[in-house]
Amino acid sequence: MQQIIFIVLTGIVSFFAYKKFSQIYRNIMLGKSSDMSGDAAQRWQNVIYVAFGQKKMFKNWIPAIFHLFIYVAFLFTQVELIEIIIDGVFGVHRFFAPFLGGLYTLIISSIEVLSLLALVATFVFLYRRNLLRVPRLVKSELNGWPKLDANLILIGELLLVTGIFTMNGADSVLQGIDPTHYPDTGRFAISSWFGPAIFGGMEPESLMFVERFGWWLHLLVVLGFISYLPYSKHLHIFLAFPNVYFSKLTPRGEMENMPEIMNEVKSILGMESDTSATSGGEMPEFGSKDVFDLSWKNILNAYSCTECGRCSADCPANLTGKKLSPRKIMMDIRDRATEIGNNIASGDLKYAKTKDNTDIKTLTADNYDDGKSLFDYISREELHACTTCNACVEACPILIDPLEPILKMRRYEILTESAGPGDWVPMFTAMENGGCVWQMPVEREAWRAEV
Amino acid sequence: MTIKTMAEATAEGIEVEVLFWVGCAGSFDARAQKVTKAFSQLLDKAGVPFAILGNEEACTGDPARRAGNEFIFQMLALQNINTLNMYRVKKIVTACPHCFNTLKNEYPALGGNYEVVHHTQFLQGLLNDGKLKVEGGTFKGKKITYHDSCYLGRINGEYEAPRDLLTNLEADLVEMKRCKTTGLCCGAGGAQMFKEDELGDKRINIERAEEALSTNANIVAANCPFCITMITDGMKAKDKQDDVMVMDISEMILQSVK
Repeated sequence: MQQIIFIVLTGIVSFFAYKKFSQIYRNIMLGKSSDMSGDAAQRWQNVIYVAFGQKKMFKNWIPAIFHLFIYVAFLFTQVELIEIIIDGVFGVHRFFAPFLGGLYTLIISSIEVLSLLALVATFVFLYRRNLLRVPRLVKSELNGWPKLDANLILIGELLLVTGIFTMNGADSVLQGIDPTHYPDTGRFAISSWFGPAIFGGMEPESLMFVERFGWWLHLLVVLGFISYLPYSKHLHIFLAFPNVYFSKLTPRGEMENMPEIMNEVKSILGMESDTSATSGGEMPEFGSKDVFDLSWKNILNAYSCTECGRCSADCPANLTGKKLSPRKIMMDIRDRATEIGNNIASGDLKYAKTKDNTDIKTLTADNYDDGKSLFDYISREELHACTTCNACVEACPILIDPLEPILKMRRYEILTESAGPGDWVPMFTAMENGGCVWQMPVEREAWRAEV
Repeated sequence: MTIKTMAEATAEGIEVEVLFWVGCAGSFDARAQKVTKAFSQLLDKAGVPFAILGNEEACTGDPARRAGNEFIFQMLALQNINTLNMYRVKKIVTACPHCFNTLKNEYPALGGNYEVVHHTQFLQGLLNDGKLKVEGGTFKGKKITYHDSCYLGRINGEYEAPRDLLTNLEADLVEMKRCKTTGLCCGAGGAQMFKEDELGDKRINIERAEEALSTNANIVAANCPFCITMITDGMKAKDKQDDVMVMDISEMILQSVK
C-alpha cells in the first residue's frame, strides 16, 4: 500500500514539476539569442569557484557560513534521498545499509551533523529576517509574497530536518527491539543518543508509526519543495549553476555594441560599412521595451535571483533613498516573463496582436501583445537613477548583471521613444554639435597656452 | 613648456611615445584643467615625448552611451577612432577613468585598438623606472584617504597603482569603510553628472563626503575629474571645504617631485 502511494505521489509531482520547469525554460527563451563568445575553460572555472565554491558569498562571512551549512547539507542529503526513493519503490528498508556497512554509518552521520548545522542556520536566518531585520532583507520590494516565500522555505527546512531526525531517532530505538526488520546501521552521530532519549520506552507499534511519520514527512517536504520551487526565489539552487556558467566574460566596462547603429553612423560619416547589418530604411526599435527585447541570459539572471539584496544594499542610488533597487529590477523582469509565459500558455487570443494580423489562429511569442511592457513594472525614475557604478554587479554572489537590462531600457527610451531626462538634452546637443559634453565658447586646446 | 598636438608633432617629424587623452573635463572644467596641467608637467619632467589631439579630440561618447544614446556615442567614437588611426596612435594615457574605460574596452569593437593606461598607472611606471623621483616631505604625516573611482577600480580592477603612488608620498593612508571592490560611487557616473538627482533622501556625493570625513583625513585623493567635482561639492555642503582638500593624485605627485 505504502509503495503504491509512494509511486503515484512521486509520479504526479514529477509530472507537474516537469511541466512547470519546462514552462520556466520557455519563459527564459522568450529572450533574444545572446553572445556566448569566450573561453569555456573560464566558464567552468567560474562554476567551480563561484557556484560550487561560493567564493563571492564569503565577502560577507556570517551569512556565508550559515548558507554554506544549508548548501552542503542539501547536497549531502541527496544521497539519503536516493535511498528513500529505492526504499519507497521496492518497499525495502534502508537499502544501502547492508552494502555499505561502516561507510553507511559515516554517510548518514555526516548528513545528521550537517542537518543539525542547517537547523542552526535556519534559525539564524529566520532571526535575521524577522527579528534582527537586516536592512536588505526588509526593503519594500519584499513586501507580500517575497517575504512569505523566504519564510516558507525556512519553515520547510525546519520540517525536513525534523523528518530526518524523527526517522533516524525512532529507527535507532527499533534496532534494539526488532533487529530483523530494523538491521543494525551502526551508531549515527546524533540520532543514536537523541533517539533513545526522546523515543526510548515507547511501544514498538508507536515507534514504527513515528519512524514512518519521519520518513513520510521527509519525503513529502522534498516533493513539496520540488512542486514549490518553480514559484519561488529558491529556484536559485538549480539555476545558479547555469547562470554562473553563462555569465558575461567580456570586460565589465564594455557595453554591448549595437552593430546596426554603428553601420548606420558609418554610412552617414561616409565610412566603409557592412550594409547588411543596417536597418534598411525602416525605423527599427532599439533597446528593450519588454522581455522579448532582452537576451535570454538577462531572463535567466532574473529567474536565478534569490532576492538576497546584496546588490541593492551596495547600490549608491538605493542607499541614498532613490527608488532604484537592482534587486527589484531582476524581480520585475522575472514577474513580467512569468506573466507573459502564463498568458501564452493560456492560448487566449485576447493577448494576440491584432494590429498587423487579424487572422491569428494561435497565440505565440511573436504575435503576443497584451498592451503592457516592462515599463509597467519598472519606472523611468528607477532607470534614471543608475550611476552605472557596477556595485550591484560586483555584489551578486551568482554573477547576475542587473545593470545590463537597465541600460537596455535606457536605450529604448532614448533611441526608440526619443524620451528620457530633459536634463540630458543639452548634453546630447553639445556632444553632437561640439564634440564635448558642455557647450563651450573656447577651443578644446586653449588650456595648453597656460601651462 | 609647450605642449604639441599630434598634428604639430607629425608635421615636425617628432616621434611621440604616448598620446595624452585630455577629455572634456580635463580640457574645459577649471578644476580638472589643473590636473591636466599637473600631469603634463610630470610628463615633461620625466622626459616623456607626448602630444595631445587638441581640437581634433572629441568626447569619447561615454556619457551618451550610458544615457542610452548609441547614435551620438557611435558618431563621436567613430570620428575619434578615425583620428587616432590616422596618427597611428599606439599608446594612450588619460587622467579620466571614463575616457580610459571607453577607449580601452569599447573602442576595440568599433575598430580602435590601442594600449590604454590610466595616468595613475603611467605615473607608477615612471616612478618604478626612476624617471620621476618623489620625496615624502610635502605630505609626510598628512592623513590621506583614497577614493576609488568606479571606472578605474571596480570596473577595471585597478586598485593598487594609485595606492602605490600615495605610499611613495610617505603619507598616512587611511581607508574608508567602503573601498576597493565596494568603493562607493561619487554619484556622477552613467551621465548622472549632467542631470539632477532623482528623488531621494540624500545626494550620493554627500554620503561619500561624510564617509571621507569620518576618517579625519586632511586630503581626499582621487583619480577622476568627476569624482573631484562631486566630492568637493559634498565637502562644501558639509562646510568642510577649508579643512579637507580634494586632490588628484597627479597633483600630489607634482608637489612632491624632486
